[in-house]
Amino acid sequence: MTAKDRKVIINKDWCKGCGICVAFCPKNVLALDHHDKIEVANRDACILCGQCELRCPDFAIWLGGEADE
Amino acid sequence: MSSTLISNYFREANLPHIWCPGCSNGIVTRALVKAIDELGLDKNKVTVVSGIGCSSRAPGYLDFNTLHTTHGRALAFATGLKLANPDLEVIVITGDGDVSAIGGNHLIHAARRNINITTIVFNNNIYGMTGGQYSPTTPTHALGTTAPHGNIDKPFDITQLAAAAGATYAARTTSYHVNQLIKYIKKGIENKGFSLIEAASICPTYYGRKNKSGSAVKMMEFLRDNYIDIKAYDKLPDDKKIGKETMGEFKEITLPEYTDEYLRLIENLKGAEK
Repeated sequence: MTAKDRKVIINKDWCKGCGICVAFCPKNVLALDHHDKIEVANRDACILCGQCELRCPDFAIWLGGEADE
Repeated sequence: MSSTLISNYFREANLPHIWCPGCSNGIVTRALVKAIDELGLDKNKVTVVSGIGCSSRAPGYLDFNTLHTTHGRALAFATGLKLANPDLEVIVITGDGDVSAIGGNHLIHAARRNINITTIVFNNNIYGMTGGQYSPTTPTHALGTTAPHGNIDKPFDITQLAAAAGATYAARTTSYHVNQLIKYIKKGIENKGFSLIEAASICPTYYGRKNKSGSAVKMMEFLRDNYIDIKAYDKLPDDKKIGKETMGEFKEITLPEYTDEYLRLIENLKGAEK
């Protein structure tokens, strides 16, 4: 798996909707949906920096490949 | 469904964890695991020991040798573990109340001995698990359920306490500065001696609500905006220091390690018999 193949993956079942990943995403890629769970609102803007994965208290968001889904 | 890091090092059947929304315990626990992964340690040679409290629940989620002990005594159990099995990498997970109130003496004496244990302190400035009582690190004038009119105590600086007591590596950062936290934990594990890494943490449910600190995001912004590296802090004029907290590496020295000294003593005494 090359870095290029990676993308943000979300496990909504583990998300508790704290909003930390939304607030500290440098490119405003993420948003809370109508159930207050995380979703990718603007995938094209994602620069794969991994700030969301570093600060998610619930391990609900990460950079991964097909195998992680 | 989880990342490779989580599936490799966590007991996934126990996830999701029970910590509150926005609690930074998950961030610090993941940072510890990331540090262990980057160091390439053998999982079977790592032992994580904890006491009692919200943060001390972490070993239950971790797929290493784990030991959940009594309140404040994680370092006492860890000391026995390390002396009996010097090859194990012993890591203690503890909270501010666990390590500086109930286990305060265990902390200073483990530091004084310079035993090769790495202690990660999740400092959320309050007793979260039992309902928001003030702890030894609750700031003066802050509110807790047992300080409804404001705390009149002065808080401990756990990192400097450990450094003064004899720790050979003592550093503090926050759960916002995660890459720095991972770096410090790696240095702590690699230090042959007693290491303490304090992670300034957030408790939105008890500390945050009691003190009207706002959401988890607001509390993370507070960590980002108010923690200043000790070197930069020292250069600030006095009026700019008000309300600021310090982070960075407070101590990094080399001294004889306790387990080594103990084993050397045994070898010397064996020699004396002949």
